[in-house]
Amino acid sequence: MQITGAELFVKALLAENVNTLFAYPGGQVIDLFDALYDTKELDVIVPRHEQGLVHAADGYARSTGKVGVCLVTSGPGATNLVTGIAAANYDSVPLVCFTGQVPTHLIGNDAFQEVDIVGITRSISKYAVTVRHREELAAAIKKAFCIARTGKPGVVVVDLPKDVQQAMGSDIYPDHVEIRGYKPNTTVHMGQIKKALNCLKQAKYPVFLLGGGVNIAHANEEMTALAEKTGIPVVTTIMGKGAVPTNHPLYVGNIGIHGSYAANMAISQCDLLFSIGVRFNDRITGKVSEFAEKAVIVHVDIDPASISRNIKVDIPIVADAKKAIMALLEKAESLDFSEWRSKIGEWKTQKPLGMEQQELFGVTPLAVIKKINEVFDQAIITTDVGQNQLWTTQFLEITDQKQMLTSGGLGTMGYGLPAALGASLGNPGKDVVAICGDGGVQMNIQEMATAVVYELPITICILNNGYLGNVRQWQEMFFQGRYSGTCLRYRRGCPEKCGTQNNSAAPAAGCPEYIPDFVSLAESYGAKAIRVQKYEEIESALREAKNTKKVPTVIEFIIEREANVLPMVSPGKSIDHMIMEVQTNEKKMY
Amino acid sequence: MKKRCISLLVENDIGVLARISGLFSGKSYNLDSLTVGTTEDTTISRMTITLTSDDQTFEQIKKQLNRSIEVIKVMDFTDMAVHMKELMFVKIHGCLEKDMVKITCIKEIFQVKLIDYNASNVLIESVQTEGRNNELIRLLEENFPGKLEIVRGGNVAIEAISISEK
Repeated sequence: MQITGAELFVKALLAENVNTLFAYPGGQVIDLFDALYDTKELDVIVPRHEQGLVHAADGYARSTGKVGVCLVTSGPGATNLVTGIAAANYDSVPLVCFTGQVPTHLIGNDAFQEVDIVGITRSISKYAVTVRHREELAAAIKKAFCIARTGKPGVVVVDLPKDVQQAMGSDIYPDHVEIRGYKPNTTVHMGQIKKALNCLKQAKYPVFLLGGGVNIAHANEEMTALAEKTGIPVVTTIMGKGAVPTNHPLYVGNIGIHGSYAANMAISQCDLLFSIGVRFNDRITGKVSEFAEKAVIVHVDIDPASISRNIKVDIPIVADAKKAIMALLEKAESLDFSEWRSKIGEWKTQKPLGMEQQELFGVTPLAVIKKINEVFDQAIITTDVGQNQLWTTQFLEITDQKQMLTSGGLGTMGYGLPAALGASLGNPGKDVVAICGDGGVQMNIQEMATAVVYELPITICILNNGYLGNVRQWQEMFFQGRYSGTCLRYRRGCPEKCGTQNNSAAPAAGCPEYIPDFVSLAESYGAKAIRVQKYEEIESALREAKNTKKVPTVIEFIIEREANVLPMVSPGKSIDHMIMEVQTNEKKMY
Repeated sequence: MKKRCISLLVENDIGVLARISGLFSGKSYNLDSLTVGTTEDTTISRMTITLTSDDQTFEQIKKQLNRSIEVIKVMDFTDMAVHMKELMFVKIHGCLEKDMVKITCIKEIFQVKLIDYNASNVLIESVQTEGRNNELIRLLEENFPGKLEIVRGGNVAIEAISISEK
């Protein structure tokens, strides 16, 4: 039978088991929207901005393990996806992004709303292609889903010119497609596994370093079993957090620039670093030449390009994390590392996370996240980017009933709120909590409307300190308190160089009022809103949000303005050089 | 740092050259020359890339190329027996009659062709290894300073059968 390209598009999505489509209309996708109009099997979600759209698809994909699917128009619709594509691809999230395009005969003419989106996204996607002929459409879509979800998952951009959407052609959608340049590794080299296990037998101070790859491969159970069988302590990257439950006795903490003291010390002192699904990003290594310098390094990763790129690896194992872990689990022997574990335990007790916030019974980030841990025992937590993210990655407890979604690689402000609504759409009935700062939440605040219209009962926590806090912290610690551009309460008329240390005009009670008023803003969207200014109000607000169905709840936590994320590795130093506290002026509240 | 050569089989599609060259620029890999053309199978193009890099970067380059969906095969020709040649045109402007003796002499020694000329200009076609072409340029620059116009085509290479030349 002959059908239009648009009809084939819908058929293809259904064949790929897509049931949620994140889509925003426009001139060059009007045919596709028309074909969707009668498609009951597809839930078409229309967010309020394409950036919110792609982050929502990302949150959906991360939380369900399915491919997130986006559909936007040409030109600005497509370019608005760019940040979200980069964010998803960086964190290996499977997305297929369809972009409308001007008709093929107009491509290159600087037509209205024409951009070369394939050219723009080439370096930030796994694959990008313009479908130039109707007869190539079916294979192109099949290929896109195959590439997005297999191997190291990633983003595929499929650019669809209007005439290809309209043209008649075959209704056949293939079951599989051959891609001769694409052969993701599916096996584990047993020789390498044995080599790694031999090293393990000789090790006295071994550590598992787990990254996002373990979570993506859904190898959490197997990994926990492997840690238990071998008795080796576990540290994680931010993306690897939750690879084993954070309340597990073998779990030490995150490593890296805001990692825990014990975890960073464990890396610095270990003699065998058994890393799985990590890529040794600069945020976790600190000074590369001194990273785990006493250790033999084993590295399991599905991407050969991740191996020996930043850190020289002694035993590389190119494999899917789950398959490698299962092979290790089968062959591994039970070993005794109790002495080493108690050493790590001492570090943990000496310098626990959040020590500088323990004494305060204010609305501290630690207090808020601890209460979130208590109130939401089964939930998906998303974060924005900045201090809110770092505190969350430090203090959030993750069990097999919980998941954390965060923009780890690209560090995209504005991710938290839309990702939460995507997660909620993909997991009906599950609690979803977004932890945001007052800066990042405003980058996609328009998605409040989406959460309301689709009746998504998400909890949006805004940690409001009136600053772009992470940069402010750097300015406080390394730039003599010169708060250049980071105060969100700034207005024309503020004293010059406010905030500079030894400046009597430092931020204080006299600062201009914060805008927006998040409570009335949320209410104007039809959401529930609560402002929390006292410790005692934290739990009740969270419980109220949890019990609220069908509408989102915004909780604005007024936190100390100059709270810092600690510990912190000194820039350019090895990760055992940690700043544990900052001597500053008295901390200021509103 | 060492001179390297990679032969790549890639999909003969729009944008593939941009993907490969973009990989080099985006990741700050140095690239000395890149040539591309279709093969006996018209759906496949073959690229010859020469570059200078240290061992670690070169390993990473090969991995990154392998990772590209459009790349079908990556062959490292660096230490292999291959034939590698470069097409080069050199036009010498403003030749005098006495220069022709020198040019004929150079032509004989370098085994290059004179393929076009008029009263004051000569066009040389050289299909040689990159090193020989460099030597030819050096010699011509000494003899005809400021009079040369050079077009270099970049290296093309293929595996050797019994003998190699590069």
